[in-house]
Amino acid sequence: MEKNNLKGWLYLLPAFLFLGAFMIYPLIDVFVYSFEEGYNSASQTFFGVGTYNYSYVLHDPYFLQAVKNTFILVVITVPVSTGLALLISVGLSSIKPLRELFQTVYFLPYVTNTLAVGLVFMILFKKTPYSEGLVNLLINCFGGGSVDFIDGPYWAKMFVLCFYTVWVVMPFKILILTSALASVNQVYYNAARVDGTSRFRIFRRITLPMISPMIFYLVITGFIGAFKAYSDAVALFGTNLNAAEMNTIVGYVYDMLYGDSGGYPSYASAAAVLLFAIVLTITCINLLVSKKHVHY
Amino acid sequence: MKIILQNLTKRFPSRSKKSREDVIAVNNFNFEIPDGKLVGLLGPSGCGKSTTLNLICGLQKPTDGRIFFGDDDVTELPPENRGVGLVFQNYALYPHLTVQKNILFPLENLKGRDKLTKEEMQKRALEAARLVQIEELMERKPSELSGGQQQRVAIARALVKMPRVLLLDEPLSNLDARLRLQTREEIKRIQKETGITTIFVTHDQDEAMSISDLIVVMKDGVVQQIGRPQEVYDNPVNLFVAKFLGTPPINVFRGTIRGDQLYIGENPCLGIRRLPSPETTGREASELAASLRETSEPDTSGHAFSGREVFVGIRPEGFILQEDGPLACTLDRLEVMGRDISVVSAHKCSENASIRSIVTAESHVDLSSPVVRFGLKPSKVFIFDKETGERIQCRLVQDK
Repeated sequence: MEKNNLKGWLYLLPAFLFLGAFMIYPLIDVFVYSFEEGYNSASQTFFGVGTYNYSYVLHDPYFLQAVKNTFILVVITVPVSTGLALLISVGLSSIKPLRELFQTVYFLPYVTNTLAVGLVFMILFKKTPYSEGLVNLLINCFGGGSVDFIDGPYWAKMFVLCFYTVWVVMPFKILILTSALASVNQVYYNAARVDGTSRFRIFRRITLPMISPMIFYLVITGFIGAFKAYSDAVALFGTNLNAAEMNTIVGYVYDMLYGDSGGYPSYASAAAVLLFAIVLTITCINLLVSKKHVHY
Repeated sequence: MKIILQNLTKRFPSRSKKSREDVIAVNNFNFEIPDGKLVGLLGPSGCGKSTTLNLICGLQKPTDGRIFFGDDDVTELPPENRGVGLVFQNYALYPHLTVQKNILFPLENLKGRDKLTKEEMQKRALEAARLVQIEELMERKPSELSGGQQQRVAIARALVKMPRVLLLDEPLSNLDARLRLQTREEIKRIQKETGITTIFVTHDQDEAMSISDLIVVMKDGVVQQIGRPQEVYDNPVNLFVAKFLGTPPINVFRGTIRGDQLYIGENPCLGIRRLPSPETTGREASELAASLRETSEPDTSGHAFSGREVFVGIRPEGFILQEDGPLACTLDRLEVMGRDISVVSAHKCSENASIRSIVTAESHVDLSSPVVRFGLKPSKVFIFDKETGERIQCRLVQDK
């Protein structure tokens, strides 16, 4: 028995070493940094220990802007992308001809590079002295005035960011939901039909509960993914996100480390820990809600 | 509610590239099911019995033919307007709903004139649950029930909307042997109490025979025989029906008719007489039987088809142990079942590898002798045309 245990630990050792060195140690280190005041990474020195880093971050208008942006992004994109994905997958699973073609089309954004997609969105939305951008042309067609979506008002930029995020995360959700829908046994639908259930009621009372574990999975991963948003904003608005008022929490962390105003690992750590706390809270709430609504 | 099926046919377009021929799942089904009866649709896998059930409940549309419930033509109606209750083979209980919600589900769908109040629904659900004796399980989820209990819930769900017709698709196939016995009696009881015309599909002939008022034997989409279970058992129209009904199955021998005697091997076993009147002949009188009737000689007309090769079917209980019996078989072994003894033996003319005959436990079988001799009970012996498998209608007698 003893010997077997030893063997087991031996097998675990490589993975454990790797995870320990590159995951657990840095994670702990982030916590440690976040409480070290005035830490200097070059000289590896600090003045003292306390919560000053947190209070600085929490009073930094850029951080508050980033939190606001991130929350707006999460609150809009997670429900919209999940809802749209559900709608599209239901549509996909109820058509027969061209279904595979559509599935491929909907999956394309997933295999496309984020920055390339960002570039395409720039072309669609950006207004330059020479061109209005495709979207503005459309708006003009319907009699509206043109809007600068990339350098213009806050709501326009936020709209593009949300639109872009939804567009990028949807393919994966569609993929998961179509397979979830396909796995619902046809016999339940037959039973419901014999009982004279309307299509809407079948969807609400049978289909939704049956695929609820998958929806729940998508919502949780969607929340976490949206809280970690950064590259999307960079792809659209460039690296100086603070100036564009489009920073996200992860973007703030990055700026604090490497940005123009960077070189503050302590502030970055404090912001990262705060993000962790937010994600943890939201996920716990999600789990509690799911207990009531998800059927396994 | 009586059900009339008129020329009911269902064709499926062929999916294989080799043959373009359609698959005919149900072929020209004509049948009138009397009101309040329990009917068993019986046949081997793939014979079209489930398709027939789906046509009756409306999940599939017939290619041809009409379906009537009473005087109403329901052929074009969607399932929900037909007033049918359907119990699925795997029950199809909604796993995320409690038993009570499962039973309530069909009632909550009712619209307009039929809409019920909450109290009425609860009352109806409780009544249905009581009928199948599951009222103490109402708060459980289907996954917390045994197979038999799930089965009852499924029946309650089908009954709660008071259907005109109850359909059961292989209702017992997912239950273990003991539960199956119990549940089939339960189905019979529920059917009797409610008086709802019930059709159930099964491939198990025991099940069909034991509880049905009528059985319909199907093969390859074609109805072979319809009748009361005992009738069909005692008077099968062809070799398929004879083989399909009865456990242990019927023993089939190659036989010959010589003169007015039926020979198995070299031994005359039974005498053959023509039937007293032509009305009693089966559905499709074979040409042999016709020639038998046409013979002018009274009484001894067996030799009309003298020399013909036939299949002889002998029910296991049709054998009598006889020291000087005409059928000599090599004894293989005895299987004692308590109530009776199953004698397993072999004969060179047998179509089956072994012959199974059932004799009472009191009878004495001499194991030391390698040969066991049987006499035959004429009422348990049927002869069939060798080519078509159709029954040759005639009277068999024991010549002494």
